[in-house]
Amino acid sequence: MEYNVPTVAELKAQGKSPEIVFWVGCAGSFDERVKSVTVAFVKILNHLNVNFAVLGTEEACTGDPAKRAGNEFMFQMQAMTNIEVLNGYGIQKIVTACPHCFNTLKNEYPELGGKYEVIHHSQLLQQFIDEGKIKMTEGGEFKGKKITYHDSCYLGRANNIYEAPRKVLEVLDADLVEMKRCKTTGLCCGAGGAQMFKEPEKGNKDINIERTEEALQTGAKIIAAACPFCMTMLSDGVKNKEQEHNVKVYDLAELIVQSQRL
Amino acid sequence: MHVLAQIVFIILLSIAGAGIYLSISRIRKNILLGRDEDRSDNKIARIKKMLLMALGQKKMFKKPLPAILHFFVYAGFLIVNVEMIEIALDGILGTHRLFAPYLGSLYPVVINVFEFLALTVIIACVVFLIRRNIVHVKRFSGVEMAKWPSLDANLILGMEILLMIAFLKMNAMDQVLQDMGSGHYTATGPFYISSALKGFYSSYSESFLIFAERACWWFHIIGVMFFANYVFYNSKHLHIFMAFINTYYAKLTPAGKLNNMPEVTKEVKLMLNLPVEETAADGAPARFGAKDVRDLTWKNLLDSYSCTECGRCTQQCPANITGKKLSPRKIMMDTRDRLEEVGKNIKQHGDAYDDGKSLLGDYISEEELLACTTCNACVEACPVMIDPVSIIVQLRRFKLMEESQAPASWNSMLSNIENNMAPWKFSPADRFNWADKLKG
Repeated sequence: MEYNVPTVAELKAQGKSPEIVFWVGCAGSFDERVKSVTVAFVKILNHLNVNFAVLGTEEACTGDPAKRAGNEFMFQMQAMTNIEVLNGYGIQKIVTACPHCFNTLKNEYPELGGKYEVIHHSQLLQQFIDEGKIKMTEGGEFKGKKITYHDSCYLGRANNIYEAPRKVLEVLDADLVEMKRCKTTGLCCGAGGAQMFKEPEKGNKDINIERTEEALQTGAKIIAAACPFCMTMLSDGVKNKEQEHNVKVYDLAELIVQSQRL
Repeated sequence: MHVLAQIVFIILLSIAGAGIYLSISRIRKNILLGRDEDRSDNKIARIKKMLLMALGQKKMFKKPLPAILHFFVYAGFLIVNVEMIEIALDGILGTHRLFAPYLGSLYPVVINVFEFLALTVIIACVVFLIRRNIVHVKRFSGVEMAKWPSLDANLILGMEILLMIAFLKMNAMDQVLQDMGSGHYTATGPFYISSALKGFYSSYSESFLIFAERACWWFHIIGVMFFANYVFYNSKHLHIFMAFINTYYAKLTPAGKLNNMPEVTKEVKLMLNLPVEETAADGAPARFGAKDVRDLTWKNLLDSYSCTECGRCTQQCPANITGKKLSPRKIMMDTRDRLEEVGKNIKQHGDAYDDGKSLLGDYISEEELLACTTCNACVEACPVMIDPVSIIVQLRRFKLMEESQAPASWNSMLSNIENNMAPWKFSPADRFNWADKLKG
């Protein structure tokens, strides 16, 4: 299949505009592992002929880690610059696979002049499922396999999105098992609040190890994530436990691509 | 004699009332030392939230056992206090069981409900004491739970038990006196729970029983007055009132949303040559972020007075679970302790007085702040909707923007964002290279 990833600028040159912008995010653009998630999501969008575009090199960090580290100046510089670009193109709707970008764009940009309809890719995937565009693959490769879903703090507690990712996993026809701490009491992976970009403070354990142990206890061979930072933290945790050959960490979009054989 | 008792009672009631009034004014003044923040919007949504969280105790029911026990104490507190109206009026007017003739056959029913609740309060408080002091439930310990916070909790439980016992004893002796046909102890009908205690008193003389019944009555009412003053003076138990106020003013926006500092917006707009609205944040604040309690908002300070130190936040905190120094409960207790100190300083030395101390540094360390993942587990866990993350982020802002202090790796992350538009050291020109993967 020919894949097509237009940029908003290219569409504009053709006198067109996308229905929805796919905000890739820094991890989705640069992190080797997370790039596969970006590609998987694009495959789904292409497969369903969604009229989307990316900003390409015009995209910049939303400023989330700067804001949470305490540098409000840098956050607002990033925000205003991004808003100038988005408003310049008259963007109405944004989807992103990163809960941190999602939270910032959805909740913190409006006051600064950036008012868009912002959704997380789990919500868009759920919409595709509800519309019958993505169907359950019965007897597929995930049938009966144990999958556990790790709630991202910035989707769950921060924005009350608990059901959409689980609905997406249902179409895999897998055996969804919950960790002891899930949904509102889900344990953080340890990366939020700009922790991703520094060593943890002194303690008796790293948070991602605590969380990975809990995920491994479920007996699931697949840990489903919906956040690039969670994916990094949990993958590191699985490696630390020397389980990387038995247990895989996948994003929701990757699981859909695998089950739908896209 | 009766008149003398009435006068003494009225004097005691006035002293107790004045004490509570002074405490409330002190607390109100302290809370208003915080920065302004508008939470006057959306009154209906706020009332709904208050009814659900404070009156309905929705979040408490995440832990069913403590929730049910706590509900009995709470219902006991609210409903037995209705009886306080009768007791207070009896005290002022020199009457005895003023409402009995008016309520007729309903009166013993009402008193029986009170007695049932009194018994459940005693049971719940005993279980709570056992959980704290014998079972040692983990969330009741921690560095911040030093001498006073632990003693405070035990004193409150002890006082509640004593007050309820006095109430039941008083009713028991009243019934023995009723059976004797004594003076103004008019027959009311049976009180089932306290009548179980009648056996203890049946052999005593009438005059002794009258004396003892009155002693219980006075102990109960003076105890209640003392307890109310204790709660308002400086106790974690203040949450019984603050829960309502705090849930009313709680954040209505998604938990993930941090406020955008308007004073920064103005500066950034000027730097980027964007139009600046004149109304936006005129008069720059003394500093960016928060170093001390007066830099926080009044809502943060209200939060600190609402904390009853239950430790549900700290129990859920990923940093605390993995042995880091951060404890959201300590953040709230430190904020309140420092605010009380600042309030005292202002009262003694005037508004401009500087004691050389601050919340950041003297109470809360950088290590604690740096351990937070802003995961909102503490916010979600709090039954009265306290937001420790808001305080942590404001203190971080001061560290970063005023003192330019951050871990080296954060500094590189920040300079990467500034120079490369991403927190990692990649060229912005390579941002779209991921799409190459699709071409293969």
